[in-house]
Amino acid sequence: MLAQQLVNGVLLGATYALFALGFTLMFGVLRVINLTYGFTFSAGAFIALALTRQVGLNIALALPLAALGSGLIAVLLDSLLLPRLRRRPSAELDSLMVTLGAVLALYSLMTAWLGPDIRRFPPGTISATAIELAGVRVTAAQGLILAASLLLVGLLMALMTTTKLGLAIRAVAEKPDAAGLMGINTPRIAHLVSLLSGALGGAGGVLIGLNFNAIQPYMGESMMLRGFVVIIVGGMGDMRGALIAGLALGIIEVLTAGYIDSSLKEMVAFAILVAVLWTRPQGLFGRAVGQRA
Amino acid sequence: MTLPAWLDDLLWTYQTLIHSLGINGLLALAMYVVLACGQLSLGQAAFMGLGAYSGALLTMKAGLPFYLVLPASCVAPVAFALIIGVPTLRLSGVYLAIATIGLGEVLRSAYLNIDALGGALGLNGIPERAETWMIFALLALSLTALVLVGRSRFGRAMEAMREDPTAAAAMGIDVARYHLAALVTSAVLAGIAGCLAAHQSSFIGPNEYGFEPAVTILSFALLGGIGNPFAPIAGAWFLTLLPELMRDLPELRLALNGIIIVLAVLFLPHGLLGWRMRRTPEKLAGGAR
Repeated sequence: MLAQQLVNGVLLGATYALFALGFTLMFGVLRVINLTYGFTFSAGAFIALALTRQVGLNIALALPLAALGSGLIAVLLDSLLLPRLRRRPSAELDSLMVTLGAVLALYSLMTAWLGPDIRRFPPGTISATAIELAGVRVTAAQGLILAASLLLVGLLMALMTTTKLGLAIRAVAEKPDAAGLMGINTPRIAHLVSLLSGALGGAGGVLIGLNFNAIQPYMGESMMLRGFVVIIVGGMGDMRGALIAGLALGIIEVLTAGYIDSSLKEMVAFAILVAVLWTRPQGLFGRAVGQRA
Repeated sequence: MTLPAWLDDLLWTYQTLIHSLGINGLLALAMYVVLACGQLSLGQAAFMGLGAYSGALLTMKAGLPFYLVLPASCVAPVAFALIIGVPTLRLSGVYLAIATIGLGEVLRSAYLNIDALGGALGLNGIPERAETWMIFALLALSLTALVLVGRSRFGRAMEAMREDPTAAAAMGIDVARYHLAALVTSAVLAGIAGCLAAHQSSFIGPNEYGFEPAVTILSFALLGGIGNPFAPIAGAWFLTLLPELMRDLPELRLALNGIIIVLAVLFLPHGLLGWRMRRTPEKLAGGAR
C-alpha cells in the first residue's frame, strides 16, 4: 500500500516538477511572474487532444507537437504583453497584472469556444496494460509520464549546464544588461526562454491530462496553485529547488489523499506555502531575498 | 417618507443591480487601498468570501443581530490577511500576489469540501437583512474615510511608497507597517462587502469568490485608476452596468474584464480618472512637482 502510494506520488510529483520547472525558468530569466503560464498547460492538453482525436496521431507524436504548439503560444503572448513593461519601475507588478488579465480573457474565450465540459482522450490513446512489480502497479500512462518527465528534465538540465546557449541563458538571468554588453542577443534569449517554458507547461498539461484523463479549459488555473507552492518552496528561479519541491509536493498530495482525505490536498499544499513564507521565504534551497532597490 | 411610485418601481426592479453597485464599490475600495501603497493583493474575493460565509453562519446558526454580524464578519478576513500579509509584505511584491491568489484557490476548495459550509450547493436561505441604505451608507463612510486619509500625511506616505519604496523607506516611512495596515483595511472592507452581499441575495456558493471575481475586482481599480478613491468606484460602477447590456454572454463578460486589465496596464497606467488628490497649497504643490 505505502509502496504503491509512493510510486503514484513520485509520478504525480514528476509532472509537478516539470510544470514548475518551466514556471521557475521563466521567472529566473525574465524576472516575471507570468500567469499566462497556466494557459500553456491547458493549451498543451487541448492540442494533444485534438491531434489524437481529430488527426488520429499516436500520443508519442502528439506530445512533442503539443509542447511545441504551447511553446509558440507562449512566445506570442509574451512578446505581445511583456516587452513594453520591462523598463517601467513597476515592471514586476505590472507584468503580473497584465498576464493575469490576459489569462482570464484566454480561459474565458476558450470556455466560450470549447465549452466547460470535461473531455477525455480517445480510448486506446495509451494502452491500458499495467505491469506489476513486487506488488506495485504501474500503468502504461504512468510509465509514459515518468519517461517523458525524465527525458525533458534531463534535456533541459543538459542544455542549461553543458551548452553555450545554456550559459547565455544563465548569463541573462544573472545580469541582463551585462549579458547584452557581452554580445548576447538578450531579446532572442527571452523568446527562447518563453518557448522552452511554454513547451514545458504544455507537456505538463498533456501528461496530467493523461494521468487523470480529464481535460477542460480551466485545468491550468487549478494547476497554478501547485506551481506557486513549488516555486516558493524551491526558491524563486531555482531550477534544482523546483525539481525537488515538485517531487515532494506530488508525494505529499498522494499520501494526504491516501491516508487522510483527498479533499485536503489543496489545503495541505497551501499550508506548506504559508509555512515556508513564514519560516524561510527564500525557499528551502534559495538565496536570500528582500526588497530590491 | 414616501417615494414617488415610479421611483419605487425602479428601485424594486433594479434592486439587485443597485445593491451590486454598492457592494462592488466597496470591493473596488478594498483593491484601491492596497494598490495605492504599491502592492498587489488578489485576495479581495477571498476576503469577501470569508466575510460572506462567516456572516451568514453567524446569522443563521448563532442568530446574532445584523449590527453585530457585520463587524464580526471582518474577523476571519483580517486573520487571513495577517497570516499571509505578515511574512510576505517584507518581501518583493510578487510574494503577496502569489500568496493571495493561492488563498483564493484554497478557500474555494475548502467551501466545496466542508459539509458545514454547504459544499457545492453553498448556503441557502440567508435572511435578507442588508438594506439598500446600509450598503450605500457604508460605501459613503468608507469613501469619506479614505479621502480623509488620502489628504493626510498618511496619503502622502502611501503615494511615496507607491512611486519608490526605497526612497520612501529612506525618508523614514515604515513601509512594511503601512503595507500591512493597507492589507488589513482591505480585508475589513472586503469582509463587510461579502457580509452585505450574503445578506442581500439569500444565497452564497463556493464559486462566487474564486479566481474570476478576484480578477474582476482588480479590473475595477485598474480601469478607474488609483490616484484617488473615487476613480476605482467609478470603474466598478462602469463595469457593473456594462454587462447588463451583454447578460447572455457571461464568458465574454469575463473575457472583457481580462482585456480591460491588459489594455489598462499597457496603455492607461493611471486609469480613466487619473487625477490625484491635492493635499498642499497650490504654490507648494507646484514647486514639488
